[in-house]
Amino acid sequence: MVSSSSPEQTFAADRSAPAPQHSGEPEEWSAKKSRILLACQDIAEACALWRLATTLGWLDVRLQYSGSTFGPFWLTLTTAVMVGAMGLIYSQLFHLNIHDYLPYISISLILWQNGLSTLIQESCSTFTRAAGTLRSVTMPYTVQALRTTIRCGIMFSYTVVVPVAVFIIMGVWPGITMLLALPALILWLLDCVAFCLLLGSVCARFRDIPPIVGSLLQILFYVTPIIWEPKQLGSAAWWLYLNPFYSMLEIVRRPFLGQLPSGMAWLIALGGSVLLCLLALFTFSRSRNRLAFWV
Amino acid sequence: MSTSPLQARRVPHGTSRIDIDHLSLDFPIFHGGARSLKKMLFKRGKSILTNATGPRTGGQVQLRPGESGTVYVQALEDVSLHIRAGERVGLIGHNGAGKSTLLRVLASIYMPDAPNVHIHGQVAALLDVNSGMNQELTGRENITLMGRHKGMTTAQIKQLEQDVEAFAQLETFLDLPVRLYSTGMRIRLGFGIATTMTPQILLMDEWFMAGDVHFQERAEKRLASVVNGTDILVITSHALGVLEKWCTRLVWMEAGRIRMDGPTRDVMQAYRASAASSA
Repeated sequence: MVSSSSPEQTFAADRSAPAPQHSGEPEEWSAKKSRILLACQDIAEACALWRLATTLGWLDVRLQYSGSTFGPFWLTLTTAVMVGAMGLIYSQLFHLNIHDYLPYISISLILWQNGLSTLIQESCSTFTRAAGTLRSVTMPYTVQALRTTIRCGIMFSYTVVVPVAVFIIMGVWPGITMLLALPALILWLLDCVAFCLLLGSVCARFRDIPPIVGSLLQILFYVTPIIWEPKQLGSAAWWLYLNPFYSMLEIVRRPFLGQLPSGMAWLIALGGSVLLCLLALFTFSRSRNRLAFWV
Repeated sequence: MSTSPLQARRVPHGTSRIDIDHLSLDFPIFHGGARSLKKMLFKRGKSILTNATGPRTGGQVQLRPGESGTVYVQALEDVSLHIRAGERVGLIGHNGAGKSTLLRVLASIYMPDAPNVHIHGQVAALLDVNSGMNQELTGRENITLMGRHKGMTTAQIKQLEQDVEAFAQLETFLDLPVRLYSTGMRIRLGFGIATTMTPQILLMDEWFMAGDVHFQERAEKRLASVVNGTDILVITSHALGVLEKWCTRLVWMEAGRIRMDGPTRDVMQAYRASAASSA
């Protein structure tokens, strides 16, 4: 999907140079290497501008809710309503004890809906949202990825209140195990940056990717144990490991429920993240030169 | 971190330079209109476009067969430009001649890693009145954003804010969203922000020439102090008087190519002659 767009990714200057396509292998290899290096430099420069990215992310959230009385607390409210409604309906449908089920669905739902799902959907518009800036200001492209990550992080933190409230009302407390969710959340942030670089560049070029991503996420919502529990599958539960999003979810969710995530889940989550980062770096380094034309 | 982003890419004084060798740049046009534009091109016949002579608006529009029918606009064609420290270069040419595109290449916005574009020195670009400004934010917040972009600390940003406030004289408007500003007010703010720091290479598009008379006087004074501190200045403008006053060298662009490049007086004479003959 990505590599098929190569014709316009070569430099115009390269085209006019004598037979650039058929030049020796090593030359092509060094061009590829320098592209990756330049992309890494872009990322490093953006990290030095973390204050800018943070400010931009905060302002994005504030602007989105400017003029509304509750501001970003609308996120908290809508999440609370959804958790309440789904908790009641599905505990009836599945014949589950609401005291056990409500804490489970509250944490699962915000981790998916306001966490992974939002993060992936938002990452699609990383560069297209900032078209004006990209065309008029010299700024490392990765700043936009950090900005999106920070925006998602802030919006996510507004919804964390809901499961906390549910835990208090239901009288359950996960205890110190909860701290194990921290490294997992950091991994999420890293993955978010990778998603922004990957989907952001691809979606800038192919405008039909965001709807595709949207429908895939919809399917993932049902095949991933979010409203249902993995143990409902019985002995077939290990099939779930084929879905990397299951592992990503588990490493954060289990600590919040006072349990330890399985080592397998962590292994898959880490492996998946490494793959994602590599793919993101490859795609971003290839499209960086043309991003200003695409957006 | 040893070097702050503020100081990044700075080279020793007087050694800044710009080297562009045989640069061609074409915009791929992908979205929406690509299909219908293609039909339109076939209908009118490509010959009309390609055979056009004399001043033409915009770059050459072409269709590359075999490349999924993408339409390209050739914005720059075989442009070579070498600028050394101390030169004040003006770009002239009619609308769509490629001046702004060239400026964007110099600012590393288009094709940031092209192998035939070498820019040594810290660059600041004033390309667009709204460059990087968020319409929904107040002027003050935009100043903060710009400061953050330059990697300033909070104290430095306070300093920047006072400086711009004194220069732009927007008073209470500084605390209102930028979308409420008139064009002139935007220019005041944008100009104020952009000229608080002295870069080594300064790139300016023509918009900064707008604004009322009172403002222009002050703007010129401020610009002069910035320009005197820079190694290289590249400006585009249609105000020939401005170019004559500021520039030591003019580059005349036409349809994405450099038509003439030389001392201000010579190029200006030729340009005026051409304008008079075609009028």
